[in-house]
Amino acid sequence: MDLRFTSEDIAFRNEARSFFESNLPPHIRRKQILGQRLPKEDVVAWQRILNKKGWACPMWPTEYGGTGWDAVRYYIFKEESCRAYAPDPLSHNIQQTGPVICAYGTDEQKAFFLPKLRNLDIWFCQGFSEPGSGSDLASLKTRAVRDGDDYIVNGQKLWTTNGHRADWMYCLVRTDTGVKKQAGISYLLIDMKTPGVQVRPVVTLDGDHHTNETFFDNVRVPARNLIGEENKGWGYAKFLLGNERAGIAKVGLSKARISLIKALAQRMQVEGAPLSENRRFREKLALIETELQALEMTNMVVVAGMKKSGGNRQDPRTSVLKIKGSELQQATTELMLEVGGPHSMAHQHEFLEALTDNAIGPDWAGTAAPNYFFGRAVSIFGGSNEIQHNIVAKAVLGL
Amino acid sequence: MDFDLSEEQRMLKESVDRLLEDRYSFEQRKTYTKAPDGWSRELWQQYADLGLLSVPFDSKYGGFGGGPVETMILMEAFGAALVLEPYFATVTLFGGCVRIAGTEAQKDALLPKIGEGKLLGAFAHSERNSRYDLADVQTTAKKDGSDWVLDGEKTVVIHGDCADKLIVSGRISGGQRDKDGIGLFLVDAKAPGVTRKGYPTQDSLRAADITLKGVKVAAGDMLGESGKAFPIIERVAQSAIQALSAEAVGGMQEMLDITVEYLKTRHQFGVPIGSFQALQHRAVDMLVATEQARSMAMFAAMMVDEKDDAERAKAINAVKVHIGKSGRYVGQQSIQLHGGIGMTLEYKVGHYFIRSTMIEILFGDTDHHLAALARAGGLIAPGTTA
Ligand SMILES: Cc1cc2nc3c(=O)[nH]c(=O)nc-3n(C[C@H](O)[C@H](O)[C@H](O)COP(=O)(O)OP(=O)(O)OC[C@H]3O[C@@H](n4cnc5c(N)ncnc54)[C@H](O)[C@@H]3O)c2cc1C
Repeated sequence: MDLRFTSEDIAFRNEARSFFESNLPPHIRRKQILGQRLPKEDVVAWQRILNKKGWACPMWPTEYGGTGWDAVRYYIFKEESCRAYAPDPLSHNIQQTGPVICAYGTDEQKAFFLPKLRNLDIWFCQGFSEPGSGSDLASLKTRAVRDGDDYIVNGQKLWTTNGHRADWMYCLVRTDTGVKKQAGISYLLIDMKTPGVQVRPVVTLDGDHHTNETFFDNVRVPARNLIGEENKGWGYAKFLLGNERAGIAKVGLSKARISLIKALAQRMQVEGAPLSENRRFREKLALIETELQALEMTNMVVVAGMKKSGGNRQDPRTSVLKIKGSELQQATTELMLEVGGPHSMAHQHEFLEALTDNAIGPDWAGTAAPNYFFGRAVSIFGGSNEIQHNIVAKAVLGL
Repeated sequence: MDFDLSEEQRMLKESVDRLLEDRYSFEQRKTYTKAPDGWSRELWQQYADLGLLSVPFDSKYGGFGGGPVETMILMEAFGAALVLEPYFATVTLFGGCVRIAGTEAQKDALLPKIGEGKLLGAFAHSERNSRYDLADVQTTAKKDGSDWVLDGEKTVVIHGDCADKLIVSGRISGGQRDKDGIGLFLVDAKAPGVTRKGYPTQDSLRAADITLKGVKVAAGDMLGESGKAFPIIERVAQSAIQALSAEAVGGMQEMLDITVEYLKTRHQFGVPIGSFQALQHRAVDMLVATEQARSMAMFAAMMVDEKDDAERAKAINAVKVHIGKSGRYVGQQSIQLHGGIGMTLEYKVGHYFIRSTMIEILFGDTDHHLAALARAGGLIAPGTTA
């Protein structure tokens, strides 16, 4: 057992750190630190900077633009990205549908989509969940019926994050109703501009428009946009959902938030002394830091295991990462709101959206409440924490 | 001890419940938020007609003569309906200052008008740097002949934007955080030198940041004695916490009810999600927290008029600690157990979660009151050892 990074790893960390420091545009960094929402153009601009550097999609196979890093390198990269407050790359492109296309797409699909996904010339959204199908995703009902060279899609998706910004959707549709529910699902790529696709906003607790309902009314989708084989979509979806393991805990994000909270607490006077000197506050921070340290170590173990197995073995500790990681992300947003306190009571939509620099009250506190509210979602999406508990109980404990 | 409501209290509860049932559906509430003030002037008049706006005031001033239990009844109902109207700001805070510290003349002039729905008030006390320290006042009050002149800035003044009159705290003498040397002043919201910037708060209520520049106040518009306002402010904050604790319980009960209903009706994997024990137990823990909170709201009603200052202060600390903790738990679980639907503003439960988050912040968060309670030695006196 050698628990340290190699000297090559450390050299890489330094390279990544200086890259982020010198290439992340200051106006994007500022919004990130203030917890504001990024407009589409910022996300695109940053992705193109990464793409130019060759770091747009590290974990894709090298022939499609991947870096060939092992899991440890990738982990270091993600950590440094968080530390610098760089935006996460659009996960729907980079972590989710990109690898699926790499693995199961036709040559034509790969040639058309992959370069555009990397450069964010095409923005994807995810059409999995439906009103009646959340945790029980395999029960989905949106129908696709073959008609000559097309599929005709009818139905409804819910919670389509970024549906209003997206050019394309990767979508799970039912192509066979006569079999076990998992066996009748296909994975289709749908151009959002196709007639019959309608997107309606669903406003979340932060008052923001992240997510949508998407309706399909006799939408014609060319059959060449089917990924892999018909009725094999469930397998591709599982591949997709199991893909983003190294980054799922977002340890780096939580660490960045803790260091921000510490900086703010030093500046903030509470009853005559800096908040950073308040014992209870310090102890709360220390407790979160302890948990984060443990999680970071767990993360490294999982990552190192992936490196050994070439990424083929699903480590049950992935659920630990999801459960603990989401709890800690939420703990940091709670703490941030506690620091903000009365300063965070004003509802300031335009400030959250970075449409104005003028906050009501101190700017650092202006987004704490909406970010706390929206943060409740991290234990709901991507397989809720209850579902994660079920997985561990069954797969690990054999219960 | 008698936990049953009296006949009069029962009638009060029935009349407020009936009104809110008729007029405060989630959809109706949405239309009120779109009114110019962000709440309904018409309903305000109805509250007045039913006598709700004078509940804590003495019958001498046209009041109902109610005490903390009556306040609890009203606030719990308001919490359950997520009422938007400025009852807390006008009756509890502004009216509370006048009730506790006003002269006969001031009470005569103000309380009946509040009760009739003709006067809106706000308590302009908190400042940018004060956080939860009630003695932290930087706004200055300087003597000018027999008058006073106020200068400074007040922040997050609840319903300060629609108020006709403000009660403003100002420092007459001493340092920024001294308990001595604070005064309370009645100020017309449209007086020269007062500028208000109103805005919505997270919970769809309203607040204002208020700047005071050379605002003149007549000698007769001071509340209480010069420089001795701190104990008044403390009392008002304690009544505020009593009222908020009942409001919080009203909200928690709704979150519990809505969640349990959802667990029974939402199906996944071919069964109601309420059939999963993991969720059943969580719902039971929500119930436990809600019942404990309800008991603390009663404790608040019992203790808010306690004569012993130290005992009263500790009791109210304990109430706020519990309300903050249980409100957070019930709120978070109500979202979690709903899954995605809990995350949207189109659905009711999230609005309660947001309001309970704001209640936790108002008049001191959990940590603030926990520290105060611990400093004061807690609720139970040390005993003897063997
Ligand atoms: C902000 C946000 C963004 C999202 N973005 C997308 C997106 O872009 N694309 C997309 O397809 N989806 C998206 N989702 C949907 C997300 O994946 C679902 O919300 C999630 O799968 C849960 O489904 P549900 O909301 O229907 O809740 P349900 O499945 O109805 O769950 C309700 C509650 O029951 C619990 N539960 C369910 N089954 C069990 C069980 N067997 N045992 C114990 N407890 C159980 C859940 O944990 C939860 O607490 C998003 C959701 C949110 C909130």
